[in-house]
Parts: sequence; structure tokens; C-alpha cells
Amino acid sequence: MSVRSVVPFGPQHPVLPEPIHLDLVLEDEKVIEAIPSIGFVHRGLEKLVEKKDFQEYVYVAERICGICSFMHGMGYCSAVENIMDITVPPRANYLRTIWCEMSRIHSHLLWLGLLADAFGFESLFMQSWRMREKILDMFEMSTGGRVIFSVNKVGGVRKDMDQEMLREFLKVFDGIEQDLKVLTKTFLEDYAVNGRLRDVGVLTRQQAHDLGAVGPFMRSSGIALDNRKLGYAAYPELDFEPITSDVGDCYARCDVRIREIFQSIDLIRQAAAKIPEGELAAAAKGFPQGEHFMRVEQPRGEAIYYVKANGTKFLDRVRVRTPTFANLPGMLETLKGCQLADVPILILTIDPCISCTER
Amino acid sequence: MNMMNFTRIVLKNLFSKPATRNYPAQPKEFFARTRGHVEIEIQACIFCGLCSKKCPTGAITVERGEKKWSIERFGCIQCGYCVESCPKKCLCMCPPYPQPEAQKPTEAYVQPELEPIEKSEKLDRAEQ
Amino acid sequence: MEGITTIGPGSLVSEALKIHHDGYRLIQICATKIEDEYEITYSFGKDYDMIGLRMRVMPGAEIMSISNIYAPAFLYENEIQDLFGIKVKLMTLDYEGNLYRIEHKKPFQ
Repeated sequence: MSVRSVVPFGPQHPVLPEPIHLDLVLEDEKVIEAIPSIGFVHRGLEKLVEKKDFQEYVYVAERICGICSFMHGMGYCSAVENIMDITVPPRANYLRTIWCEMSRIHSHLLWLGLLADAFGFESLFMQSWRMREKILDMFEMSTGGRVIFSVNKVGGVRKDMDQEMLREFLKVFDGIEQDLKVLTKTFLEDYAVNGRLRDVGVLTRQQAHDLGAVGPFMRSSGIALDNRKLGYAAYPELDFEPITSDVGDCYARCDVRIREIFQSIDLIRQAAAKIPEGELAAAAKGFPQGEHFMRVEQPRGEAIYYVKANGTKFLDRVRVRTPTFANLPGMLETLKGCQLADVPILILTIDPCISCTER
Repeated sequence: MNMMNFTRIVLKNLFSKPATRNYPAQPKEFFARTRGHVEIEIQACIFCGLCSKKCPTGAITVERGEKKWSIERFGCIQCGYCVESCPKKCLCMCPPYPQPEAQKPTEAYVQPELEPIEKSEKLDRAEQ
Repeated sequence: MEGITTIGPGSLVSEALKIHHDGYRLIQICATKIEDEYEITYSFGKDYDMIGLRMRVMPGAEIMSISNIYAPAFLYENEIQDLFGIKVKLMTLDYEGNLYRIEHKKPFQ
């Protein structure tokens, strides 16, 4: 007869540096149910909008998350730009696109490293992060910050990349692409890696839809939705298709993310070839009045910025729905029926960012 | 065959230079745009107080009467908003990053007394 | 705002059922304080479309949960209950104000 027991998981766990706590109901080694609790690091950044004016809040918005900080800043700025009816200059849109894709590459490389770390392949983890370091250097060279970039403002961007810098970056990306091709073989073909990832934590297409999953987590279950297709920044002028997989297990999520890195490198090449000359920012005159839902595609999935403005310099409400918040119910579903030893990998494959979930 | 994939990477790493830097013997090279810390050219400052008003964290204090500009080094988030809004462009973001310290110091800069003629000129401009 | 239908709190569940039947997924639920009232916006998505339901509730009012129709709704509803102090009835998982461990309870109230 099997015995039921409850095993607490987190908020401090060697595999997962994210403050999420799960109560795992086990039957022998099998997980029957998982009850999440978050809220260990709630920072009240949404409340802070009452103290900071809408220009200053850009700096708060990009501090929501340390990995997708560029996209948080951009999502917030785009929402305000939509309310104020500002047309962002084309060059600024292209620069934003390039920085967005660089963020995606560095986020996915970070995730690949963490995944390798979770199944105990330490040197693979080091390889991924070594590559990521080059991207952080490029960020520092172009924006001045490694993690927090502060280049977005309402109306456009603050810094420019000249042709020489872009050429240099493209050269680095060529190198990264070569290195990643070699690493991809290990991630997707290695016997041990396959053993840990194949057929683990399957999320079907229907489940992904019903549980409101987003991003690569959803796309690896076969739903081809990518918010970049909504046409913000310079994406309407670039050629790409959402990357999907039909399997829905951990291996598929790894596969989708790796292919997304290659796609992002391709997008940067396209954007660098097409980038027009021109202004960096349009002037933001007056104060915003109105409301807008801005949907952007972050490395982890769809993020939603709701901004409500009342015509003064202080906004009424800013609400950020981060991708991890939407992915939590899907993750709980995949945990049901898995082995206790697979729990860390399963949590990791949604690419959780609990701190940004709590804002 | 697949097992040989990673072996190749390992062998390559074994015979190549380390990817890391020998810290602190070999200092970090900063880029021109690196936002390290805020520096002020106090001679050019007109004490308009825009930087302290714009600072999102309120780390900068400007005392106009005493001609004093001070910054809490650990309150500063290196966003560069003050540098951007300075009308005299006397602020700049320079490398390196702030160093770790046991206390949270406030650094103050006081403008030395200027020559009389120059001083009145300065004051006029500040009043405009 | 375009795409957002204003409804009364009483018809929330039936409207959500209709939307669910049309094959929409839940995107987000968001509350905003407007003067003395709260405005709650439910967003649903199908492919790239986004539609919304919006209702106004008075302070102290209770709203019905849609977590039996849309499973992921329980997280958003707990969040609203925690931050705004709007009581949500019949949630599938009710944290009773403990989703966020915050010092000042109901900061947006």
C-alpha cells in the first residue's frame, strides 16, 4: 500500500534560485498534487507608480526583472507611447528590436545553462554561460549597463549604435552561432540529456490552451502564437515564423528555445541590414490620458502592460502581467504524476522568474 | 558517436586560454559607455537642482546657498537621468563601478569661491 | 476601450461561460481603483485577438470567481483579493489573503 506524504520544496533549493515554495503531495516517489505559494519577495513596484512620475517610472519598470529588463522598459514605454499617440522614429524601433533579440538570446542561454545545471551537467552549464557573457559585454558596450540598460524612454531610445558597432556585433554573433551549433548537438543528441528530458512533464496542446500557458512553454505544445507577430517595434518589417514543436515534453521546450536563439540571431542580422538612419526619439509633450493594454513577447512569453493615465504626470495604475504568472498553472499540471527527482527540471522548463512575477 | 561531441569541446578548452580574468590582478577593462558612477565637474555647476529633482531615488542633494552638491553613492542606481537633464553638462557617468564599502557614504562637493566678476556672471545665469 | 464590454457583476459568470464556449483562453485579470470604486478587467484571447469584460464593483462587495470555468483564474483572483481587498467567492484555491506575504495588507484598497 502506498503512503502519502507531503514534501516541502523551496523557497531555498539548490537547483532553483527562485523563491517559490511548493507543497508536494507524494505517493511513494510520485507527485500527486502540488500547491504553490509565492510572495516571498513582493516589492510593490506597481504601487510605486503613485510616487514616481511617468518618465521616472521607466527606471522602475526595467527593474522588475534582471533578465528581461529591456523588454519591461520597452513594454511600459510602448504602452505610454500608445496612450500619448507618439510615433516612435523608425531607427529607434530597429534599435529596440535588436536589443530585444539580444535579450532573448541571453535569457535563453542563461536558461540552457540552468537546465544543464539542473540535470547535473556542470561543464555544459559553464559553456552556455561563457557564451552569454559575450552578449552581456555587447550590452555594456552599446547601452552602458550589463543587466539594467536604461536606454528606453517614452518616445524612443537614449543611445545609438553606429554601423561599426553593429558590424562588430554581427561578427560576435557569427562566433556565437558556430559555438552554439556545437553545443546544440550535446543538448539535443546526448544520451544522458535525452534520458532526463524525453517524455518528462508532457503538456498537451489542449492543456496549454486551457491553462493559459504562454511563450516557449506554450509553443512547445504546438500552439503557434508569438506576440512579435502583433507588430510592435520593427517586427512587422522582419521575416520570421513562430517556432513550435508538437511533443510538449521537456525535450521539446529545450529544442524550441535553442531554435529561438538561432532565429533571434537571424532577426538581428535582418534588422542590422535594414536599419534606417534618423532620429532616436520623438518628443513626449504633455501628459498621458487614457489607457492601453500592451502585449509584448518576452523570452519567457507574453507580458502585458496595462497603463491607465489621468492627464497628470502621475499615472493611475500600471499593471504588469509577467509570463511566469501565466505559466504557473501549466507547471502545476505537468507536476502531477511526475517523479520527485524530476520536479526541479519540470519547474525549470517553464523558465520561471518568480521575482518578476511578484513585482 | 554522440558521446564524442562534448569530448571535443572539453579537449578544446583544455588547450585554450581561460575564459575568465585573473581578478583582481588583472583589472576589468571598461567600455566608453559603461555607467559606473556619477562624477561632477563642480566648477561648471550652477546649482539649479534639476538633477536632484529628476533623480528617481533621491540620492542627489543640491544646496544652492552653500554651493554644495552631494550624492549618496549607494542610493544612486546609475540610471543616468541626472546626466541627461543637466543643463550645463557638468555631470558624467564614468567607470569604474562603485566599490563595496562597510558604510554608506555621502560624498559632498563644494564649489570654491570664484573671482568676483566671474561670480556675478554665474549668479546671473543661475537666476535666468 | 475597444474590445472591452462593460457588464454588471451579476452577469460575469454567464458572460465568461459564453466566452469560454467560443474557445477563448484567459489572458489576465486586472483591478484598478477609480475614485471610490474598483474596476475589474478580464482579458481573453483567441489567436492574436484580445477581448475584455469590465465591471465596476463597490468597496466591500463580493464578486464571483471564474476559476471553475478558467482554471488559471485562481491566481489572478487571489492577487486581487490580496492587494485590493475585494472578496472573491468560490475560488478553487483560496489563499485567504496569504498569496503575497506583505507587511501592509491590501495596499491598493
